[in-house]
Amino acid sequence: MSQANSGAVLAAEAENREFLVFSLGEEEYAIDILKVQEIRGYENVTRIANAPDFIKGVTNLRGVIVPIVDLRIKFHLENVEYGGQTVVIVVNVADRVVGIVVDGVSDVMTLTPDQIKPAPEFGVTLSSDFLSGLGSLDDRMLVLVDIDKLLTSEEMALVDSTSSH
Amino acid sequence: MDIADFFDTFFEEAEELLSDMEQHLLELDVDDPDSEQLNAIFRAAHSIKGGAGTFGFVVLQKTTHILENLLDYARKGELTLRADLVDTFLEAKDIMHEQLDAYRSEEEPNQEAFERICQTLQQIALDEIGQQLDGPATPAAVAKTSSAPASKTEEEEHAADGHLLVALLNVDDKDRILLVEELEQLGEVQSQSGDAKRYEVILKSSDSADDIEAVMCFIIEPDQIEIKTIEGGAAVEPASPESDVSAPAAQAPTENATAKPAPAKSASKEKPKKAVAESSSIRVSVDKVDQIINLVGELIITQSMLDQTVSDLEDQSVSNSSLQNGMSLLQRNARDLQEAVMSIRMIPMEFVFSRFPRVVRDTAGKLGKEIELITEGKSTELDKSLVERITDPLTHLVRNSLDHGVEMPDVREAIGKPRVGKLTLSARHQGGNILIEVRDDGAGMDRDRLLAKARENGLNVSETMSDEDVFQLIFAPGFSTAKEVTDVSGRGVGMDVVKRNIQSMGGRVEIQSKLGEGTNTRIVLPLTLAILDGMSIKVGGETFILPLSTVLESLQPSKDDMYAMAGDDVVIKVRDEYLPVIAIHEVLDVANAITDPTKSIAVIVQGEGRRYAMLVDELIGQQQVVVKNLEDNYRKVPGISAATILGDGSVALILDITGLHRLSRYKKEAGKKVVNNQNFKFYKEAEPS
Repeated sequence: MSQANSGAVLAAEAENREFLVFSLGEEEYAIDILKVQEIRGYENVTRIANAPDFIKGVTNLRGVIVPIVDLRIKFHLENVEYGGQTVVIVVNVADRVVGIVVDGVSDVMTLTPDQIKPAPEFGVTLSSDFLSGLGSLDDRMLVLVDIDKLLTSEEMALVDSTSSH
Repeated sequence: MDIADFFDTFFEEAEELLSDMEQHLLELDVDDPDSEQLNAIFRAAHSIKGGAGTFGFVVLQKTTHILENLLDYARKGELTLRADLVDTFLEAKDIMHEQLDAYRSEEEPNQEAFERICQTLQQIALDEIGQQLDGPATPAAVAKTSSAPASKTEEEEHAADGHLLVALLNVDDKDRILLVEELEQLGEVQSQSGDAKRYEVILKSSDSADDIEAVMCFIIEPDQIEIKTIEGGAAVEPASPESDVSAPAAQAPTENATAKPAPAKSASKEKPKKAVAESSSIRVSVDKVDQIINLVGELIITQSMLDQTVSDLEDQSVSNSSLQNGMSLLQRNARDLQEAVMSIRMIPMEFVFSRFPRVVRDTAGKLGKEIELITEGKSTELDKSLVERITDPLTHLVRNSLDHGVEMPDVREAIGKPRVGKLTLSARHQGGNILIEVRDDGAGMDRDRLLAKARENGLNVSETMSDEDVFQLIFAPGFSTAKEVTDVSGRGVGMDVVKRNIQSMGGRVEIQSKLGEGTNTRIVLPLTLAILDGMSIKVGGETFILPLSTVLESLQPSKDDMYAMAGDDVVIKVRDEYLPVIAIHEVLDVANAITDPTKSIAVIVQGEGRRYAMLVDELIGQQQVVVKNLEDNYRKVPGISAATILGDGSVALILDITGLHRLSRYKKEAGKKVVNNQNFKFYKEAEPS
């Protein structure tokens, strides 16, 4: 709860923020646009053995090896298909470049501080620790993901934890 | 531009010159000195002196000046070299290096060391050639002369593309012809006349008087030359001593003490430019190089894509020979470009090894030991960033080997070894790593003494520890078995730092030792940006790269050669040797791979001294690959050392032999279940709580 509050307070202090809105299944999520490096198609991903299933592998992004995470698998969505429409959002978090697979990117939205509501204590697949709030826009609800926290968290297994080997 | 901007250039140049000087001094045969080498040493001293003068580093300039004069006598044959003189020269070089460091950190150099070396050098001059040098005997003289050499540069600028009167004094015909030929190389000789006593040449040249003099100094003496600028090629005037710009750096700068100092700006412009041109290299930031490397990588991939498109067109019978020719040309050019760009960041190990003749000479001298240094694999290329960081740990290991490893000559003789101890430094690529070894044929490590010492130090040890673990004890902080503390080593500080430094580079240190036979310290460094010769293999639909240096041979396994061991283990018999079999498709969970060993190919590989047989589907071929770190954006992956980008733009993983073996063992032990374990971290999705 305190997490969500501080997120809301921070947002209120700042000016209007821009978010990239993407869809996972029926739900709409949004991440801070400043974290987004580029959007590209899903192709040429090399599998990494013995990694969790939501880590699809690594790909070559102009000479940089970038891991690809499928948020649909991570969030236990049912229809996970890869096709020409599958989109990878390349984000910059904690000095790293990571690609996340989503169902589609819809648009870029500007949210005023009062449009961002604190996130409720959520269920199991997406801890509210990883949310910076909920955005309400007319009749739409956007789940605002704190992509930094999510991708650097232990459970994403993207970053070597200090205790490991 | 500020003069300070050029300081760094000078420091770097001077450092290179000093190490050149040292190298030549070390190689110098005192009984029959090579005049080319003497000249090279002299030139290095001369250049440093010039630069030091320009930047007002008086102490350095004075030190170099005296040394230079002595070297001048040496190359003229007036000073007979001896080993102890070379030692003094080396000491002078060290002091110059310290002075340089002091200036770099904006401090005043050590006065006492300066005075001492000046006196020593002056003494040599007095004793050997009975002559007092014109350098300072006391520091008092130093202050007066501080800005002297800078005064020349103003004149030099005037000289740019002007006419110069070059007068040769007391030069015999043979040398004169040679010199005039030299001058013709430097510019346009407009007229020449005179006799052996004074021969005048009017030269139109863009080179400065100083440059011309420097060239001629290799044939005749500085005081045999007079160079004067003539305004716009006007009538010839006899050179008068007052306007004489020749007062060369090689002569006493004290003569110039009264000349008005040139503005710092013009002085600074001259020197570094010249220095850069001489070494014919430029300094570029590593970031820029990395950027180029990435861009070229992209270019190669684009080229491969085009190539694919063209061959697709051909399949559809749309063929155009000029398009095909263009494509093959593009392919060749792109590959050449890639190779050339890759080589920029790589530096041969020679850069590191070249300092060791000196280290070994000095250390051996101090310890009274006789050592022969052998270096192997000097051309092994290593990433620049690693080259810079490996020097200190390596120096420490070498000193340690000399001190603790190699025995005293008499002791060696008594136990039937040659008096001269052998120390080998070697570097080579091995198993996706770079392996640097420090080998000696000394006493080796005494397991029992190490254990006893460890207990004394309160370390937790047991008799059953493996040799490798026991030897690793020397890296514990404060650990030293030396019977007495020496100047060289034995204080117990250092070895732990060595290990830490190497670990911080992502490497490790291994020790192999046999009591009485010697010690081999191996530094294994991972590749960061090294280029790797790889063997691409196919398993299922996936491509992997095996470091070529690990591959020994490949063969088609037959049923009769395969033996099942207890449990799931399989070994294969290759020429009377039983090798553990690692099936890649099992270890890395590759789908659709060939599961029947007799239908697959066994690649015999070697990793960390052990051999394995790896089962793969297909060998594709050899290729050079650029090693890309997986940890930059992801994390360490068991069994995989790094990744690379293939011609089609896809990523291929580079296999780590020993890692794969561990992984394979682990998976078998765990019943092929992926589990979380302290020692071997696997991934497991956190349970929702």
